[in-house]
Amino acid sequence: MEPILQIRNLTHTYGVGTPFQRSAVEGMSFDVYDGEFLGVIGHTGSGKSTLIQHLNGLLKPTSGQVLLRGRDIWAEPKKIRDVRFKVGLVFQYPEYQLFEETVYKDIAFGPANMGKTGEELDRCVREAARLVGVRDDQLDKSPFELSGGQKRRVALAGVMAMEPDVLVLDEPTAGLDPAGRENLMANIRDYHRNKNKTIILVSHSMDEIAQNVDRILVLKNAHVLMSGVPAEVFQRAEELISAGLDVPQVTRVARALRERGLDIDPAVYTVEALEKQLLALRKGGAAC
Amino acid sequence: MKTMIETRELRFAYPADEGKEPVFALRGVDIAIEKGSFTVVLGHNGSGKSTLAKTFNAVLLPVGGKVYVEGMDTLDENLLLAIRQRVGMVFQNPDNQIVANVVEEDVAFAPENLGVPTEEIRRRVDDALKAVGMSEFVTHAPHLLSGGQKQRIAIAGVIAMQPDCIVLDEATAMLDPIGRQEVLSTIHKLNREKGITVVLITHHMSEAEDADRIIVMDDGRVAMDGTPKEVFTQVEELRSMGLTVPDTVDLLDRLRHSGVDVPLDALTVEACADVIAQAIARN
Repeated sequence: MEPILQIRNLTHTYGVGTPFQRSAVEGMSFDVYDGEFLGVIGHTGSGKSTLIQHLNGLLKPTSGQVLLRGRDIWAEPKKIRDVRFKVGLVFQYPEYQLFEETVYKDIAFGPANMGKTGEELDRCVREAARLVGVRDDQLDKSPFELSGGQKRRVALAGVMAMEPDVLVLDEPTAGLDPAGRENLMANIRDYHRNKNKTIILVSHSMDEIAQNVDRILVLKNAHVLMSGVPAEVFQRAEELISAGLDVPQVTRVARALRERGLDIDPAVYTVEALEKQLLALRKGGAAC
Repeated sequence: MKTMIETRELRFAYPADEGKEPVFALRGVDIAIEKGSFTVVLGHNGSGKSTLAKTFNAVLLPVGGKVYVEGMDTLDENLLLAIRQRVGMVFQNPDNQIVANVVEEDVAFAPENLGVPTEEIRRRVDDALKAVGMSEFVTHAPHLLSGGQKQRIAIAGVIAMQPDCIVLDEATAMLDPIGRQEVLSTIHKLNREKGITVVLITHHMSEAEDADRIIVMDDGRVAMDGTPKEVFTQVEELRSMGLTVPDTVDLLDRLRHSGVDVPLDALTVEACADVIAQAIARN
């Protein structure tokens, strides 16, 4: 796979020259591959939010580079707008950013700004609305008549409608109930599958990350602590815990079983996988 | 056991648009919360759990039925101050409930309003900050604190009123795992050491494992009521109400379906590992 984004030695320092000078991102380097579903996890203050605001040029690096398809996004500062169309950012609690008269107009705002018109614009809006589960009859409503969960879907559709190559989601399920969380994640997985676009999911929830992503990037104190597929990352449970992160409950059960002498992979992170291992173990035991 | 809060056939509807029928958010709730207990209220969005919480200190008043706080009727306007002093609330968004520029002033807000003498306020503020583990931040600016710290300041502000009961309405929903843990261990400590009654409204099943009692709301009614073990072992019912069960129970449930002899009520990681290890050893 080709890297779509390359982060090279990125540092961002707030309050340079004041007593509050502090680097929120320090010397981070990593690649994001075309079409992958990447999870970013880290405790509060680990640099997650500062990092993602560099990916579409909302913040300018103090030093280091962000390359999009091999090109420094700040090579021509006047063209930074194009970068924002290619890398779409959905902030936390995006429902507070709705502003248009109708749901349709709100979703159309981004793609219309990109210069899309007529049938193509209509297709983008309707497709994005369908992907997040907003019904046709809701498109003419005021976004402010909708429930909190539906508003969030509309805000998400507004960014999806721009069909960015990279979609960055900051805590998209925060504050939703379990059914709402699962529903929204299913919409995001559908978008990823149908559109083959790169997704970067920022989350506090290890369980959510474990169940959805191809690869995990773990941040700690402004640095990259580790990255890898979920099984590799959860193998290093102690380091995760010391970084102020939680490991999935299933992984903790697996580790507790190992301590009790059972031959279980301690990096297992889904209920299904642990069940399978336990049943295999039982069969093996019965054969003895 | 004495009763802290009691509801009788409690009904509530938010005001409807003109010409429309009001939709009832609470449709007849009868519960009694015991003094000194730790109760968790679960339910999906729109189940009525937050509405219920807001009737506990007369933020919302019953449309039908009654709510009694230590025997005081919340519909009696003369008792309003006394009721709010007994039952303090902490809400979801930490940024919406801080009123002052300095931590100690924020915590002093309620006792000042209650006309508590200055000396006494000083003592209460110091005690409250100590109880939530935030003493060293006494002169800090609240907006520079983390979410978990802000929520602990909000809790200290409630404690400074010396209430008998604290109701937390999804107070951990916007926090990260560390912030959530800070708030949870703080309220468990207050419950244990000061005997404060706690009612915790939440989406997070993991926060309910250590409760004395779980009430599950669905469609404006009490759908389940019992200890964590009693509630979480009803896997199908919980799922049908849009809720999940802890992964431990999910795993045990699957193993049972595959014919492994394990109980369903080993909620914690350690208990779950114990029963599975025993079942495998027996094999």
